[in-house]
Amino acid sequence: MAETVVKTENVVKEYRMGTNVVRALDGINIEIARGEYISLMGPSGSGKSTLFNMIGALDGPTGGSVYIDGQDMSQLSRSQIAWFRCHRVGYIFQSYNLLPVMSALENVTLPMIFAGLSNRDRNKKGEELLNLVGLGDRTHHRPDELSGGQRQRVAIARAFANDPTIILADEPTANLDTITGREIIDLIRDLNRGKGVTVISATHDLKMLDVSDRIVDIRDGLVERIRNRDEIDIEVGEVGGH
Amino acid sequence: MERPTQIEQQIELPFGESLRISFQSLKIRFGRSIITTAGITLGIAFLVSVWTNNEIDLAMQESGRTEQITSLEEEQEQGISTKDIWLIIMSLIVCVVGIANSMLMAVTERFQEIGTMKCLGALDRFVVRLFLLESGFQGLSGALIGALIGTIGSILLGLKNHGLDLFFYFPLLPANPEEAPMRLGIIVLILLGCILGMVLSVIGAAFPAWRAAQLPPAEAMRTEV
Repeated sequence: MAETVVKTENVVKEYRMGTNVVRALDGINIEIARGEYISLMGPSGSGKSTLFNMIGALDGPTGGSVYIDGQDMSQLSRSQIAWFRCHRVGYIFQSYNLLPVMSALENVTLPMIFAGLSNRDRNKKGEELLNLVGLGDRTHHRPDELSGGQRQRVAIARAFANDPTIILADEPTANLDTITGREIIDLIRDLNRGKGVTVISATHDLKMLDVSDRIVDIRDGLVERIRNRDEIDIEVGEVGGH
Repeated sequence: MERPTQIEQQIELPFGESLRISFQSLKIRFGRSIITTAGITLGIAFLVSVWTNNEIDLAMQESGRTEQITSLEEEQEQGISTKDIWLIIMSLIVCVVGIANSMLMAVTERFQEIGTMKCLGALDRFVVRLFLLESGFQGLSGALIGALIGTIGSILLGLKNHGLDLFFYFPLLPANPEEAPMRLGIIVLILLGCILGMVLSVIGAAFPAWRAAQLPPAEAMRTEV
């Protein structure tokens, strides 16, 4: 098996809801290889988004450890975590999370500002990325002037801003129609192959199965099973036609 | 397989970038910024009008030109009456609460933005600085306008009560501190109003922004208004 890029060891996450303690993750152990396309699947409330947050250093686990590139994330300072989020991970969200006051290009170049790139370098790279996702003619449009699919493309371009090793996509197609969703999945898949980045996607979109190398089914805070693509016998064409 | 790779410290952002981003945010969210700023303007206008009104009345009392006015008042003693102190304190409270509320709302509705910026690699400091700059500018401009409106209001009221005599005894500058240490003069009151408005809005914005920046991004982005 190829080099491990993400490894979780007995990851537990508890949330306090008033006096109750809800256990969202109940000891998750997974290993993800470099360049893989992984889908975390499960119904709402299964804990897949929580796991997604743990892997992306968006939240800390209550117990257990997350290793990325062999680095224990809990050992990092706040400043190192900021650096890690900036350089190593690209995030794609269900609701796009673009900054509304910035143009497409400014959204894409914001992580490059945080990385310290010069104005010229980042505009050049930002335009290249927007061309890559097919929005070369929309660079100066603000998010409210773009369609859902176009916004998600901007978010994808932004996720690749600092050449990350991991792309984390949280329900990237949930707010999109079937055809646009399909295009977004193909785009992420192409970038995954072309740039060799690892893609980890939390989803319950069955269209994702077709492109995933492995599918991790999460249920009640546990890994229910891990399937390789050749074990899946769903006709995606049919599912997509709904 | 498990060789730890180098994780570096995140770099500090040049001040110019923060300034550019915060002004852009104010400019593009112009309508929303105006409403927030209007909240500050109102608070300071009320406060400064109470202050300056009081200042004008005291100056006129001192000049001995206000017999006809003070005879209408229940309290005839010279100096600041209990009612005036009450008014000043009330206006101060209204001003503090109003500004804190409008800044709090303006920042809370942007929690998701804060979470997103942190995902992209922003340091907590950067987020806070952005809001400091935005709120400082809003606070200063809102308070300046408010102070001027409040002063103009007081002058109009003074003209109605005292007629053109007002301008002969207009308390623009502080009174002699030995005779009347509380009489600051209208220029100082306007300045005080501006400083107070700015400080209040910066505190009102920086506190929730700092809280949001401290949160794990996942939590900040979950927050809904």
